Amino acid sequence: MVGQATNIVRLDGVEKHFGAVRALDGVDLRVDAGECVGLVGHNGAGKSTLMHVLAGTLAPGQGRITIAGSEQPGYSVSLAHELGIRCVFQELSLCPNLTVAENARVMHPGLTGIGWRRRAGDLIVGKLDEIFPGHGIGAGDVISDLSIGRRQMVEVARAFTETDKPVKLVILDEPTSSLDAHSAGQLLAFVRRAVANGQGIILISHLLGEILGNSDRVVVMRDGKVVVADRADAFDRDKLVAAMGAEHHERATPAAAAGAARGEKPVRIRARPERQSDGAELVAHQGEVIGLAGLAGHGQTRLLLQIFEAAYRRKAGFEVQAPVAFVAGDRQSDGVFPLWSIAENVGIRSIAAMRKGLLISPEREAELADAWRQKMKIRTPDMNNPILSLSGGNQQKALFARALASDAVIILMDDPMRGVDIGTKLEVYDLIREEALKGRTFLWYTTEMDELQNCDHVYVFRNGRIVADLRSGEVTEEKVIQSSFKEVA
Amino acid sequence: MTSAAASTPSRARFNPRRAIRAALPAVSLALILIAIAYLNPRAMSYLGFSLMLNLAIPIALATIAQMFVIAVNDLDLSIGTFVGFVGCVTATYLNDEPALGVLILLGSIGIYALLGALIYVRDLPSIVVTLGMSFVWAGLAILVLPRPGGRAPEWLSTIMGLKPPFVPFPIVAAVVIAVVVHIGLMRTSYGAILRGAGGNPVAIRRAGWSLLKTKVVAFSLAGLFGVLSGLALIGNTTSADANIGNGYTLLSIAGVILGGGEFVGGRVSPIGAVIGALTLALAANSLLQFMHIPPDWQVAANGAILIIVLAARALLTRRESL
Repeated sequence: MVGQATNIVRLDGVEKHFGAVRALDGVDLRVDAGECVGLVGHNGAGKSTLMHVLAGTLAPGQGRITIAGSEQPGYSVSLAHELGIRCVFQELSLCPNLTVAENARVMHPGLTGIGWRRRAGDLIVGKLDEIFPGHGIGAGDVISDLSIGRRQMVEVARAFTETDKPVKLVILDEPTSSLDAHSAGQLLAFVRRAVANGQGIILISHLLGEILGNSDRVVVMRDGKVVVADRADAFDRDKLVAAMGAEHHERATPAAAAGAARGEKPVRIRARPERQSDGAELVAHQGEVIGLAGLAGHGQTRLLLQIFEAAYRRKAGFEVQAPVAFVAGDRQSDGVFPLWSIAENVGIRSIAAMRKGLLISPEREAELADAWRQKMKIRTPDMNNPILSLSGGNQQKALFARALASDAVIILMDDPMRGVDIGTKLEVYDLIREEALKGRTFLWYTTEMDELQNCDHVYVFRNGRIVADLRSGEVTEEKVIQSSFKEVA
Repeated sequence: MTSAAASTPSRARFNPRRAIRAALPAVSLALILIAIAYLNPRAMSYLGFSLMLNLAIPIALATIAQMFVIAVNDLDLSIGTFVGFVGCVTATYLNDEPALGVLILLGSIGIYALLGALIYVRDLPSIVVTLGMSFVWAGLAILVLPRPGGRAPEWLSTIMGLKPPFVPFPIVAAVVIAVVVHIGLMRTSYGAILRGAGGNPVAIRRAGWSLLKTKVVAFSLAGLFGVLSGLALIGNTTSADANIGNGYTLLSIAGVILGGGEFVGGRVSPIGAVIGALTLALAANSLLQFMHIPPDWQVAANGAILIIVLAARALLTRRESL
């Protein structure tokens, strides 16, 4: 096959762990000159971690990075630039307060001295003309004045600009997510031209049509590993979807046991996402556990927050019949009060019930805290210890206790099990089932396929819309992935 | 579909929203000048401007110092007492032992650079660090000059007392400051990196730049302009007092914001900041005097003007963002 000399990048056994999470678990990858590699995988497969390793923004824990045939032990951002490796991150990395030309300059340390603004402007506008003819962007335009689509064009074009160092490899992470169909077509055509000129491209996309239609090779990741890598023409859509899913999904579904027909119990929530153009809506009845699935960031959290708001304020398209509580996914920023005790963290949603006159009764607070320590099995000698003395999993239990101890009948969960150990997860799953039997309703956004097996009903989201509506018996990994990834570009 | 136009403009197109925002500081300055001209037409003369704007130059320099700190998403609460400290050093050491005086002033700029490094490396809130430093500078100023007094060096009073033909000195100085800083921050290639570090620090780091260096550079420039502000102030007043610069902290922040800057996001404008400082200087002293507001009420009236002007700006920018 291809000789080692034409490898632009070669990764051997690259590992990266975040605590107990193995984001990358021994990845081997190579990209040759003049080749477009399509990279696909479901949530948490390790795509973005891999990108950061290649861009030099994350140092791998283990493994070797070889670039153009020479090993790079102290790989870093500046070295990546030096060696001609560029990365277009999914979250835009332009400075909104600078002009298009100034943002181009940020990428090129060599653009200095008299006339640098004109040179930077010519460079970036020239590349924009080449990739997106008729783009209508000026070098002096300030980024914050541009539409999101045009910002993405600038970002992509900037990655391909060259001053002193030639660009060898460009990693494009969902480069067409904010582009209209016309500009996306221009970009993909340019990718093929760049490949023909001997550059290497890594293309990450959830549009499988884009991947299959533009890649020479396709690499499929799952659970931090490369599971399949082969020529693109060896794949079709079904094969890709099958490769992304786990090998075994014939698990006994605990939820199926409670398979009472829908609609017998009263409706608790009706919600229609803003971008929903057809009639589909999310419906939750009393005692149901409803799963929200799909790729991360496709409108699930937004919908949960809107339901939360709608519980207190009338909102068009939403109908919420009972008090709600929210279990945050990002513990550190949205969940815990880091300076408070565990008991205070648990009690904050139940202040009204603990009141005695104008004050909070310490006895009732302690009572509530102890009841939930036993129920949730929070591992601490004293609920008056600071919340940060708990392990991550136990902090999450405290957040669950906060929601479950309250008078809320509807519990909204925003992927709360991220980075929680399996033992804690199983305990919480049982508790959710128990509370649902008592009549509470759960809305559960999760990025983990296994957790969907605990749900009575699953809605799959894509681009802020509900695209599939699966009953508990129908939920398979394959079906969820099938609906999460769009058919054609 | 994007526009199918074949020609692509390489220069910035006219953007009405941006134009309004840019014109706002000049409009507020014009309003204050009109009010003064209405109340006292004789103030609109060479001598009138020289007198009215005589204290505006140190305020403008302090505002520029503050602007560099705000450009990298920090805030300097010590600039006022720092200007006071510089003033005390200028009226004593710089006059009596010029070499030692220069050394002290250079050293104080070095301390500013270290503060920038400390704030970045330890990830400390700049408000806390500079609040602490404000007491340090105030204490040092009292040590240097326990009682009001001292004397400005001869050359400094001469510079500040210059009488150029046709245009009063403070106006010339303001234009020079605005143009020099505008070129340095808005037109040079490193100036773009400095502002980018305020706009999206992650992007700047990912592109391989040192954020430590941007912080140190921004704080050093703040120190440099703080020193210039202290020098200009003493050149005007000819003697010093440890509390002489205390009001400058808030004036400088207000000047930056009035001049179209924003607290976060690297959006600052040197020309706007100088205009903002001039506006504040005029509103604070001359306008209130001509309105015959009793001295007891001037400080409060000053604050009221500040609130009105900033509220008008907030209103306009909000409407623009809709």
